[in-house]
Amino acid sequence: MRRALLPLAVLAGALLAWQLLGALGLWPGWVFPTPLQIATYLGAAIGDGSIPTAVLVTGRRLLVGYFLGVAVGLPLGFLTARAHLAARTLGVLALGMQALPSVCWVPLALLWFGQTEAAMLCVVVLGTVWSILLATEHGIRNVPPLYLRAARTFGSSGWHALVHVTLPAALPAIVAGMKQGWAFAWRSLMAAEIYVTILTGFGLGHLLHYGRELHALDQVLGVMLVIVLFGLLADRLLFQPIERLLRRRWGLTV
Amino acid sequence: MAWEQELEPVRPVKLVLERVSKSFRSKRGATPALAEVDLTVEEGEVVCLIGPSGCGKSTLLALIAGLEFPDTGRVLVDGVPVTSPGRDRGVMFQEHALFPWLDVLGNVLFGLRLKPGLDSAARREVAKYYLHMVGLLEFAHAHVHELSGGMKQRVALARSLAPNPRVLLMDEPFASLDALTREQLYADLQRIQQTRRRTVVFVTHDVREAVCLGDRVVVLSPNPGRVRQLFEIDLPRPRDPLSLEVARQANDVMAALRSFLEPARSATP
Ligand SMILES: Nc1ncnc2c1ncn2[C@@H]1O[C@H](COP(=O)(O)OP(=O)(O)OP(=O)(O)O)[C@@H](O)[C@H]1O
Ligand SMILES: [Mg+2]
Repeated sequence: MRRALLPLAVLAGALLAWQLLGALGLWPGWVFPTPLQIATYLGAAIGDGSIPTAVLVTGRRLLVGYFLGVAVGLPLGFLTARAHLAARTLGVLALGMQALPSVCWVPLALLWFGQTEAAMLCVVVLGTVWSILLATEHGIRNVPPLYLRAARTFGSSGWHALVHVTLPAALPAIVAGMKQGWAFAWRSLMAAEIYVTILTGFGLGHLLHYGRELHALDQVLGVMLVIVLFGLLADRLLFQPIERLLRRRWGLTV
Repeated sequence: MAWEQELEPVRPVKLVLERVSKSFRSKRGATPALAEVDLTVEEGEVVCLIGPSGCGKSTLLALIAGLEFPDTGRVLVDGVPVTSPGRDRGVMFQEHALFPWLDVLGNVLFGLRLKPGLDSAARREVAKYYLHMVGLLEFAHAHVHELSGGMKQRVALARSLAPNPRVLLMDEPFASLDALTREQLYADLQRIQQTRRRTVVFVTHDVREAVCLGDRVVVLSPNPGRVRQLFEIDLPRPRDPLSLEVARQANDVMAALRSFLEPARSATP
């Protein structure tokens, strides 16, 4: 309790200083909004439903795209780890594509799919899939052969060895890749939403974009705050439980 | 179903190695690991392999286990050439090889789950029986990384015994145990061996251990690994590793080991 108190006090002090500095009126509100203005915007935007809707729209795009990316990346990564030809084609391609900032997929997605949901999904999937693929490949390649030798002496082979030995042994590496993929997906989706107006739904990126068009920096900062919280919350809900499990079981510090 | 059935004696097997040679190819060229090894392990016999590091002891176990295959020669289990690993041959690896994603009980259950004809309650009873035997029943739900090195080896022992194999291949299983636990396990192993004989090949660096456990001690020499001398150990059981008779026989084995090593050492400039 006491340990939380001091940081909170510092935070409150900083907000207060910010508020007072704004109240001096040195800069106009669209250059230097105060915390109260931001809070007012957030209150109104939550009240009129624009932020909740945006969170839902963005969240759905992210989750659907991300899980599609995982669903494609995992088996491809597995294939790349096991098949020589796949390693020398798909593996090399994935390395190259991962070096490409995922924002760069936006123009391509727009040309292919137009201003549609599909374009958004395309960006998220392509932001996710390469790092999942590479992490899966890396994880599976680095499973200590000793585990498989031991399993074979108990009569485990084929599917059983894959499901009960290779995959769990590679899990820490795969989770690390999934986390990286999530970060890429999130960044690329925000970029796509800021660039592209899609009439089927306004996400957080659009709110940010309109904030700029309206010269409403309170809106811009408010939405940024929501984006930060969304990212933190997703990490809490999606990855922390898995990482805690890995730490407990494997004794790893992931 | 009575899970005790699972603990019933198994018919031990006879192992035969006929002029087995094995070399490993790597970037540095071929490393000969074993050359023309002839060895017969009778049904229910405990053979201890001893020899300097790198003389091919682990390789020999891997060949019997079916994890490696000889370049020339044959490995026969009850007269049938080994073509793959099998549940009939349990292996305890030099590195414990426990699975970190399973807890202690899960590790012991791993082999049992692959064994047909057991329901899950019976499997658990069998697993607990062996965990109790190695003194780790309270640690059934501990994670592998929470165990000490010696505890890991004891779990590995329980895990390899659990599916009731007919051959037990053990690679320096007690190397990192304290003297007390080790003595306890010598006694346990001899007791199991008396009630339920199985064929055991046991690799060790410890001559006393070899004499204490083995019906025969096989001395190997390195570069490449060859069988140099066989010692029949005809002492009554159970044997105490600290007894005088064990010590005397251990001296003989040690003398043999030295005589193979020292000429080789003085020959190299
Ligand atoms: N997978 C492998 N690839 C290449 N060389 C190998 C491999 N396994 C073993 N060797 C070589 O074969 C020889 C015998 O190895 P092995 O592990 O059987 O020795 P060991 O008698 O068990 O030694 P230690 O007592 O140190 O465990 C060594 O020279 C080793 O370098
Ligand atoms: Mg060895």
